[in-house]
This record gives sequence, C-alpha cells and structure tokens, in this order.
Amino acid sequence: MKNLTALLLLLSLSFGVVASEGIQLQEANIDLSNNVSLQRGAKHFVTYCLGCHSIKHIRYLRIALDVDVDPKKVLKDIAPEGANIYDQMHSAMNAHDAEKWFGTQPPDLSLIARSRGADWLYSYLKSYYIDPKSPRGVNNLVFEDTAMPNPLWQLQGEQYAEPRKNIWGHEYTNLVLKEPGTLSEGEFEIFVNDLVNFLVYVGEPVQIERQRIGKYVIFFILMFIVLAYLLKKEYWKNIH
Amino acid sequence: MKRNRITECNEWFLARFPLTKLWNEHMAHYYAPKNFNFWYFFGSLALLVLVNQILTGIFLTMNYKPDAKLAFDSVEYIMRDVNWGWLIRYMHSTGSSAFFIVVYLHMFRGLLYGSFKHPRELIWIFGMLLFVALMAEAFMGYLLPWGQMSYWGAQVIISLFSAIPVVGDELSLWLRGDYVVSDATLNRFFAFHVIAVPLALVMLVFLHIVALHEVGSNNPDGIEIKDSKDPWGHPVDGIPFHPYYTVKDLVGVGVFMLFFATVIFYMPEMGGYFLEPANFIPADPMKTPEHIAPVWYFTPFYAILRAIPDKFAGVIGMGGAIVVLFLLPWLDRSPVKSIRYRGGIYKKALVLFVISFIALGYLGTQPATPTATIVARFFTAIYFGFFLLMPLYTRWEKTKPVPKRLTSVHSLEEQLPALIEEITQIKPGSTEIGHPAFKSSFFAIRPNPKGIKNLISRLAKNVKGSLD
Amino acid sequence: MNNEGVDQSKRQFLTSALTVVGAVGTGYLAVPFLAQMQPSAKAMAAGAPVEVDISKMEPGQLIRVAWRGKPVWILNRTPQVLETLPTLDNELRDPLSLESIQPDSSKNPVRSIKPEVFVAVGLCTHLGCSPTFRPEIAPNDLGDNWKGGFFCPCHGSWFDLAGRVYRGVPAPTNLEIPPYRYITDTQLIIGESTEEESV
Repeated sequence: MKNLTALLLLLSLSFGVVASEGIQLQEANIDLSNNVSLQRGAKHFVTYCLGCHSIKHIRYLRIALDVDVDPKKVLKDIAPEGANIYDQMHSAMNAHDAEKWFGTQPPDLSLIARSRGADWLYSYLKSYYIDPKSPRGVNNLVFEDTAMPNPLWQLQGEQYAEPRKNIWGHEYTNLVLKEPGTLSEGEFEIFVNDLVNFLVYVGEPVQIERQRIGKYVIFFILMFIVLAYLLKKEYWKNIH
Repeated sequence: MKRNRITECNEWFLARFPLTKLWNEHMAHYYAPKNFNFWYFFGSLALLVLVNQILTGIFLTMNYKPDAKLAFDSVEYIMRDVNWGWLIRYMHSTGSSAFFIVVYLHMFRGLLYGSFKHPRELIWIFGMLLFVALMAEAFMGYLLPWGQMSYWGAQVIISLFSAIPVVGDELSLWLRGDYVVSDATLNRFFAFHVIAVPLALVMLVFLHIVALHEVGSNNPDGIEIKDSKDPWGHPVDGIPFHPYYTVKDLVGVGVFMLFFATVIFYMPEMGGYFLEPANFIPADPMKTPEHIAPVWYFTPFYAILRAIPDKFAGVIGMGGAIVVLFLLPWLDRSPVKSIRYRGGIYKKALVLFVISFIALGYLGTQPATPTATIVARFFTAIYFGFFLLMPLYTRWEKTKPVPKRLTSVHSLEEQLPALIEEITQIKPGSTEIGHPAFKSSFFAIRPNPKGIKNLISRLAKNVKGSLD
Repeated sequence: MNNEGVDQSKRQFLTSALTVVGAVGTGYLAVPFLAQMQPSAKAMAAGAPVEVDISKMEPGQLIRVAWRGKPVWILNRTPQVLETLPTLDNELRDPLSLESIQPDSSKNPVRSIKPEVFVAVGLCTHLGCSPTFRPEIAPNDLGDNWKGGFFCPCHGSWFDLAGRVYRGVPAPTNLEIPPYRYITDTQLIIGESTEEESV
C-alpha cells in the first residue's frame, strides 16, 4: 500500500512538470462591471480589429444596452460609418481578399475569449517582437509564426527578443522595448486590457446578468430546502 | 351544487382510469425500507434530470438548426438573441454532466449494497441498458454544437467501429453516411438525439421502475423487508413511499438544485469540463485541435481504450469495460448483499475500483504520454480485476451474520449536536459584553484541540475497522 | 409508525408553505420557457423600422414594402379617389375608424397623415390574407357597386381605398395602419410614429 502511494506521488509530480511547460501567461484584469473600460475596448476594437475580424454574434444595440451608452452615441462614436444599430458587427473585408493577403481567413472573434482565455489574449497582444528570420519580419512569443501582423505596433513600439537564463538555469526569452511607440508602457497595458475586457464581454454578453439573477435563484432554493427539511423532519418524527 | 359537479367529474374519470390504484401501488401503498440513506437520493434525482433534459431539449430544438453550415451559429443565436436562450442552453449542458454524476453515484450505490443481486438482477440489466442509452444520447448530443471538439470527438469515436474486422470500414461509413463526419452525420445524430434515444430512455425508465416495484427496494442492510410482516400484511420495517420518501426526496431535490443553479449561474463551463474551450471554435474538417479528449464522463472508458496498444483490442477493452458491468449479478457469489456484512476483501476491492475509475477518468482528460499510458494500463488491470476476480474473492471471503430486521444507524444530522459539543469549548473567562438580551455563548465558542484529536482518532479507527 | 403526537396543524402549515414556494418557483421557471418563444433579437432587428422613398410615385400607384415581414402598402391617391371616399360612409361598418387600429396621426376620415399618401398593413383583418388592389370602378367580377378598393379573395371582404371595411363582409374592422412618420416630404419611415421612438 505504501509503495502504491509513493508511485502515485511520483506520477503526480511528473505530470506537474509536463503541465508547467510553455510560456508563462500574463494576467489580464477583467472587470465586466467597468463600463468605461468596455466602451474604450469597443472603440479600440472597431478602430484596430474590425477591419479584418468580425464579431458577428453581437449587435451594436446589445452593446449599447449592456454597456449603458445611448444607442445614438454608439452609432456616432463606436460603430463605423453607415452601420445600423441592429446590425451584427461584421467586418468590411471580404474573405477572398483576406485569404490572398494573409494566407488564411481572419477568424471571427466573437468567442475567442472563451476558446483562448483572457490571459492568453492579453499576453498574445503584448508579445510581438521584431524577428528578421520570419517572413513577416515580426513574430510572437505566445503564438509562434502567427499569420497576423501586429496591429498595435505603432502604439506599442518595437520589441526585441533576448534569451535569458533564470536562477535555475532554465532558458527563457525576454522581450525588450527598444523603439517606444505613441503610448507609454502603462498606457499600452491599459489599452490592451480594455480590448481584452471587451472581448471577454463579447464572448458571453449575459455574464453580468446571469450572476445577478443567480443570487435570487440560490436564495429561493435555500428557502425551499429549509421548508422541505422542516416538513421531512415533521413527518419522520415517529419513524425509528 | 358546484362541489357535486366536481365530484361527479372525478367519479366519471376514476371509473374509466385506475388512477387511485396506480397511485396506491406505486406511491401511497408502496412500502420502502425505512433506513434509506444518502445514497438513495440519486434515483429520484436521475428522474428529475431526465425531465430537465427533455424539457430544455424541446425548447432548444425550436431554435437549433441541424445543418453543418448553420449549427454552430444557431447555438450562439440561442445564447445571445433568443430570450433566455442562454439559461435554457446552460440548463441542458449542465444537465448532461449532472445526469452522469447522478447516475454514477446511483450505480455506486448498487455496488455498495448489492442492489444488483437476486432478486433484482433484471432491475440492474434495465439500469445498464439505460446507462448505455444515456451514453449514446450524450455522445450524439455532443456533436450538435458543431464545434471543434464535437466534430473531432465524433470522428474518433465513429472510427472506433472501423477496428472491427471485415465489416468495420463499411460500418463506420454507414454510421457517418459520408467519408468523414459531415452534414449527413449531424442530421442523423440530431434525429437520434431528439427523438429515438429519448423515447428508448423513457421506456427503459418505465421498465426499470416497474421491475423495482415488483420485487421491492433493497436497503443499506441488504435484507428483504418482505420477510417480516405485521398482521396487516405490511412489512414491519417498511414505510409508505408517499408521504415519507416524497418529502425526503424533496430535500434531496432542493440540495441538488442548489448545486445545479450554482453551476448554471456561476460556472457554466465548470473549468472547461462541462463546456470545453475548444468547442467554442467552429468545426473545421481540415484542422484537428492539438489535444482532443471526450467530455469527462467518457474519459474512464477512453483511457482504457488508449491504454491497450492494439486498435481492435482497445475497442474490445472499452466495450468490455461496459459489458462486464452487465454481468455483475452473476459475477458476485457472495451470500450477503450489503457491504456492511461482507468481508474485508470486497471492501478493499471496491476502494481500489473507485480509485482506478477516478484515476482513469483523470488520465483520459490528459495527453497520452508514455508514463500516463503505463499508469492507465495499471488502473485498467485493476478495473477488470475487480470484476473478473469477483467470483473468486466473493466466494472465499468470510461474511458477517446478517440481522433479521433492519438496523438503525444514527444519521449525521442526529449526531451533529453531540459532535459540535465535543469539538468546541466555551472560551474560559469570557465576560458578557453588550446588552444582556444578546448574551449568548455563541461568540465565546472556540475549537477544542483535545476533542478534535479524539474525533479524528475515532474516525481513523472506524475507517480501519470497517475495512476488515 | 403511529400517529401519536403528530402535530397536524404544523404539517398542514409546512405542506402549504412548501406548496406555495414550489408553485412560485415553478412559475418563475416557466417565464424563461415562455419568453423564449417571443420574437428574438434577430426577429426584432429584422422588424426594425424601414425607410421608404416616395418621391418617384405616380398618382394612383401602389407600392409594397416589407415591415416585420408583413406587406405594407403605400398608395398615392388621386383627387378623384379622395372625392369618392366620403360618399361611401353609409356602406361602411366603421367609417370613422373608432374600432380600428391606427396611430392617432391617421385617425381621420381619410386615414392618413397626408390625404394623398395612404399607408396600411396589407393584411385582411379577418384571417390575415393579403387583399388585392382593385382601383378600377365597377369591374365585371365585382359588380356595379365596386367603387375601387381592396378585395380579399380568401373570404370576399371589401375595403375602400382608405382601407375601411364594407358592411356585410367577414372582416370585422378596417385595415390596420402601421405607425409611420415623414422624415422629409418624400421620405417615409414605417414602424415608428415619433422621433423619440427611434434609436
């Protein structure tokens, strides 16, 4: 029995090592109740992403209602020229051109936060670096040989990869900003965070609403349990 | 006058339909052993989840489109554009996982108290058929969202059939209706998922319950309550199912709903186990996800499949893991039913079986590294060992004498006040502060280290003692 | 199992309390299921107000646009038609449109904002067929009493060119007038009657 325990312990350790391989992701600060951040994120998305990526499962009207902005303001400030408030957020680029330019169709990003996770997106958008060996001239630490050029390079500036060793002698790559962009590092972090926050919202717009309703439902069920328990006790008093 | 009308209507109806008789036979005069414990909640809960799945399923069908081009988007349409569609979809997706949790616990109850043994073999067979139908239902339902996991999961499982010699390739082609999983496959799976298999499930539930009510329920003592009857012909240790077990099951229903609602409203993806991240990417026949694994409830069997190095043997192993469950009533040769009166070998074997089942379930979710495969083989051997060696160890082991009447065990809720008293102490020298109306010793309660130590050592002794 | 010491009133009370809580819970649970059969956001988007350009309409011409998937007629009525309308009042069931559905801006004898431009939902108020446009006077199949109007082929209901129903036909009320307003002189928006309703 002892041997078995030792074996199990050993195995769980070996799994742990396997699991820890890969890049350490940076943590995004997700707060869906922060309407201002979501509004900024929506605006950033339309400016920097919607050119190629659709988020076809959400409508402008839904954003206006959820993020608490006047629908007219959404049309004026966030949506591209000529959009209707009932429209889904389609990209202007057609799929055929995209295939020609990037070798692949830019995916719809409605559910990207649910398939990849917020931290992955946040780290990915921050991990572009100049790579002369890559055909595009840039590469990404989180998603190697990504087909997407860095849409935010003017804001972030140019990063370079430098190999480093940590105190245990493991090699890792560090990104160093050599050519500053139009935003400071802190501003850029907030920029990316807003964008990711918005994408998390788009992934499941009902999140906040569902957590709000959940409280009442659970309270109600607790009430039911208490009454049911009292009734059971009353009936079972004489059963020995 | 009005009252008479209603009575007349009732009489008219009852003269034509045996409602009273049915109610009495299955509820008010169905005598169940009075000592059902925690494990006996899961039968009624399985029925509740089945109703939930059917109801939410009907409403999902109103907006879902079984078409390879539209399916994925129609699910997102339900999640966003349809009023409350998200709730109904989460109830359905969480319900499918809940179904398996409840059914696995229900089956484990059978293993604990020998509910599959004579005279209840047929109930067990119907139950196993239900389990197989449920797996088919879940597997086909999982294709419908048409995400990457749906697609490649179905591709892998259907390919299993191609391992069968001679007819395998033709068979899997016939199942798919195409050379790969495609629109045709989706459409037929939809038909099976929404009508064919649910019908079979409902009919099997009916048979399961009819068979149960014919021979009567087993109990944690594993004795037949019908053997000792009172002068009126009722089992002395039995109580009418209604109202006693209806009110008790209501408590179970409440607690279950609490967990169910918590998952639906706060963690519908359940960390990627109930809804897998890769399934939020539309199915792409050109690109397999890096790591594919079935949903958690299939992973024990999937791990067995992967543990066996030969394709055909792997399929046989996986099928065998389910077939062997059907044979359980005849593999077990013990003269007693309940684990309470069995010898230590069965208890240890059952513990090992549970560990191996959970371990296989975990391994099935992980990538198949060489180490993981070796571990999976080890646990596969234990899994089959539990069943195949059963005729030997259950016959040899020494059992304890079985009482004639049900024994009573104090339930946790009855023991609780005494337990709390044992592990707590009143803070010495605590003075009453504030208004005298509020002077209660509640805030002076401190944990008592000696009491806790006593409790733990007693618990350890009990566990050790109960394994012999 | 004896019934000694059973507190019947407590049982009764708890049973009723649990029944009430259970019934309320079931009621709340039913709401999502019933509400999900209401039009979805997609249906509402498709049912959004529509803009119509009427600058190119000839006198006497009828155009059809879809609003919420229903046919909406826009008819340019000639002065002769407008002269005929008041003379029909005695043959109509509801000449003043007291029992019919229309926005307040169209609750007048000619049932429109501007007399010459008539807007109506082209579905018969009887059972929802779409009547045919028959502007000609006294055609062979409809007889001499026909002064121009809409004729429903399904069950033979008659409407005049203000959508008002005749007596003695199955349709109970006049044709429905949808909410609409003028953006400019020649631009109509169907589906909202005031600017505040728009988004």
